[in-house]
Amino acid sequence: MMETSVQYAWIIAILPFIAFALIGLFLHRWPRLSAALSILAIGIAFLISLLVSLAVFSSEGNLVYEAAARWLSMPGLQVDMGILVDGLTAVMLIVVTTVALLVQIYSLGYMHGDPGFASYYAYQSFFAGSMLGLVLANNFGQIFVFWELVGLASYLLIGFWFGRNSAKEAAKKAFITNRVGDFGFLLSILFLQILFGTLNFNGLAGEIAGYTNTGILIGIAILMLAGPVGKSAQFPLHVWLPDAMEGPTPVSALIHAATMVAAGVYLIARAYFIFSSTPQALLAIAVIGGFTALFAATIAIVQNDIKRILAYSTLSQLGYMVMAMGVGAMTAGMFHLMTHAFFKSLLFLGAGSVIHALHDEQDIWKMGRLAGKMPVTTWTFVIGALALSGIPPLSGFWSKDEILLGAYASGHIGLYILGTIVAFLTAFYMFRLIFVAFFGSGEGGLKAHESPAVMSVPLVILAVMAIIAGFVGSPLMNNVFAHWVSYPGAVHHNPSLGIMAVSSLVAVAGIILAWAVYQKKMVDVAAVKTRFNGLYQLLYHKYYIDEIYQWLIDHLIDGTAKVLFWFDVYVINGLVNGIAALTGMAGQVLRYTENGQVQTYAMYMFAGIIVIIGLVMMAGFAIVL
Amino acid sequence: MIDLTAYLLLGTVLFGIGVYGVLSKRNAVGVLMSVELMLNAVNINFIAVNKFVASSQVIGQLFAIFIIVVAAAEVAVGLALILAIFRQKKSVDLNDFNLLKW
Amino acid sequence: MNLSDLVFIVTALITVTAAVGVVGFKNIVHSALSLVLSFLGVAALYFQLQAGFLGLVQILVYAGAVSVLIIFAIMLVMDKDPDESNRSHAKQKYWGGLIALLVTLGLGAAIGSTIWPQSSGSLPEDSVGALATLLLGDYVVAFEVAALLLLVAVVGAIILAKGAGEHD
Repeated sequence: MMETSVQYAWIIAILPFIAFALIGLFLHRWPRLSAALSILAIGIAFLISLLVSLAVFSSEGNLVYEAAARWLSMPGLQVDMGILVDGLTAVMLIVVTTVALLVQIYSLGYMHGDPGFASYYAYQSFFAGSMLGLVLANNFGQIFVFWELVGLASYLLIGFWFGRNSAKEAAKKAFITNRVGDFGFLLSILFLQILFGTLNFNGLAGEIAGYTNTGILIGIAILMLAGPVGKSAQFPLHVWLPDAMEGPTPVSALIHAATMVAAGVYLIARAYFIFSSTPQALLAIAVIGGFTALFAATIAIVQNDIKRILAYSTLSQLGYMVMAMGVGAMTAGMFHLMTHAFFKSLLFLGAGSVIHALHDEQDIWKMGRLAGKMPVTTWTFVIGALALSGIPPLSGFWSKDEILLGAYASGHIGLYILGTIVAFLTAFYMFRLIFVAFFGSGEGGLKAHESPAVMSVPLVILAVMAIIAGFVGSPLMNNVFAHWVSYPGAVHHNPSLGIMAVSSLVAVAGIILAWAVYQKKMVDVAAVKTRFNGLYQLLYHKYYIDEIYQWLIDHLIDGTAKVLFWFDVYVINGLVNGIAALTGMAGQVLRYTENGQVQTYAMYMFAGIIVIIGLVMMAGFAIVL
Repeated sequence: MIDLTAYLLLGTVLFGIGVYGVLSKRNAVGVLMSVELMLNAVNINFIAVNKFVASSQVIGQLFAIFIIVVAAAEVAVGLALILAIFRQKKSVDLNDFNLLKW
Repeated sequence: MNLSDLVFIVTALITVTAAVGVVGFKNIVHSALSLVLSFLGVAALYFQLQAGFLGLVQILVYAGAVSVLIIFAIMLVMDKDPDESNRSHAKQKYWGGLIALLVTLGLGAAIGSTIWPQSSGSLPEDSVGALATLLLGDYVVAFEVAALLLLVAVVGAIILAKGAGEHD
């Protein structure tokens, strides 16, 4: 039963699309029915994903299934639509369907009473279908199509409350920033098609293994990496992710924490057969990832909006994943993707629970004393924060540790130190949030009440996942995860107790510092802020990156537009109008030949006859009768 | 010695003189007379070729007869036109007939 | 050079001179009389080309009817000094002359460089009978159409000369 279920894996992606179509076309007038259909679709998809994944996992990751149908056939170009199911796919299927299902159930409570309830579920189904299609794709063309579709879904969901101007702007920013990255991705796909004639993953893996021109491969790799830089919000295309918090919190949990932003990391993993031959591209992405991790963590420590803190935390963790990919620890990166999906979505849903209870209050300084009124939310949130900070034996500890081990053991000591510093900062800002919002002395929490079961049960389930999901990649289960997800030529490092100890200590130190500063008030925060005001402003304004981009757009892009506009008006219009004017002038001159005198016309006629006689004579027309 | 070429060249000369008259005369009747000259020249050509080249049948002469017929008709109608114009403009000077000027 | 050649040369000279007179005289009446002379010269050429009937037709129609018609018309439209009634355009005549010269030279060169085939037979003695056979035999349609053309021309000329709008 499990083995044959793999053949039906394509249904996983189709079901949510069917739900989307039905809701969009027919059922949107009945919101509860739409929600039920959407949850049903993702639920069935989840069950089939379970079967498929169990089939793959029970074969120690050796089961690889591929099926394709020819979609487009032209001379020199064949494009297939197909699915590829292996260990990597199975892991992603579990992650996406689990989180999507829990988020959709949670949304029943969170979005209750919203006038766009049915559309919300339609878009959720659309997103789920696109993401699952992306994960199941067996060739670059198909993955690109679904890549763009998830971008579209993100746009629709960020701008869901389209009455709000900030939401509209954020949606546009997300889509456009993504497009910049997608441009590089598309170019790389085109190069692959031109050079190798196929976009199929397995086909390309075979071809690239024997390809010797590394310069071109590096170029393709770097172009392809532009996609994840955009989609997974790495520096410098990170600017859209914090703004994406304008969308409903379940959307932030699903798309901008667990799944869509992970698509970039998934792409790197899937295309690792290209990257493993281009160490320079890998180094570049490792540096970008590490830098993003540090960059985002420093911004997170001064933010006041609960969702912003979590957004920058996501940026930072994505940096970790990308850095892992860059140092050759592809397995560790995917492992962290999986654990991060669970505890980050938990954190976001918990934040949503708080926001919902406080009637859309998002400033942590206006919260406080939530622990008493919202116990389930509080303690699941704490579990999530502990997992994120990397406290053993929670899931985050195992995955973050694998990454740090990979960085250290492959010789990237600088990145290892950077990762350790970020771990410290992560613990610090997360527990700053917790001590201020949940255990703080603010008065906001007094009017809160715990969320309904439909919202708190998913929190509990995710908390359980956050605790236990890490064991599949730990030495306790012999790192069976590495059997599921790995690439040829992967180097396995033995777990190092030293690194485990250091990372745990660093995390605990961060928590203690946060407790000291924000709970016990041993440091006067206001005084620190005033003394380091320049640094504080820099961090609070996200290093002014948005302002720089705005300046660049105003001057470079609009400037170029003005130049081209001038060109269009004066040169091109000038040419077109010039031809018309030329015809007019020719007419003005030639009309003087019409002098009304018939004899003049007769003269022109005879002149023509002379020319004809001349031509006939020259052609040697000696007529022999 | 006098053969076809002589007759044909004579016809050509007459034709050329006629062309000069058509292009340069100011009097409309003068232009018509020059046209008659040109038609006569063509007739000479037809009849000469008939005699020297294809003399089994008199087709050249037949054609010349038709040309004479048409020329006569054309002169009649043309002069009637000139009379009609004269009645309007009181002049047959072609310099005055430039109503289709730009 | 025998007699027929001489006759040809004299006739040709007379015809050409008369033609020059047609386009040369400033007095349109002189011009018309010159035209008559040129018609007669052409008729003489026809006789030399053994187209007797055609020569007679030329004299009857051209030198007789057409010339009279032209002179009538001249008289009817002459309103100013007869000696100045057939001038040429001041500047245009040079252009006209150039073009006429070029036409003549071009055609002459074409004629000169053509190899004309020689005929084996000779014209029938009875040109009238031969013409009649053709006219009412193979070319009867053209004959009838020509007759119709003449009718139309007569009617048209009458209407034009009389002026329209008089029978309202």
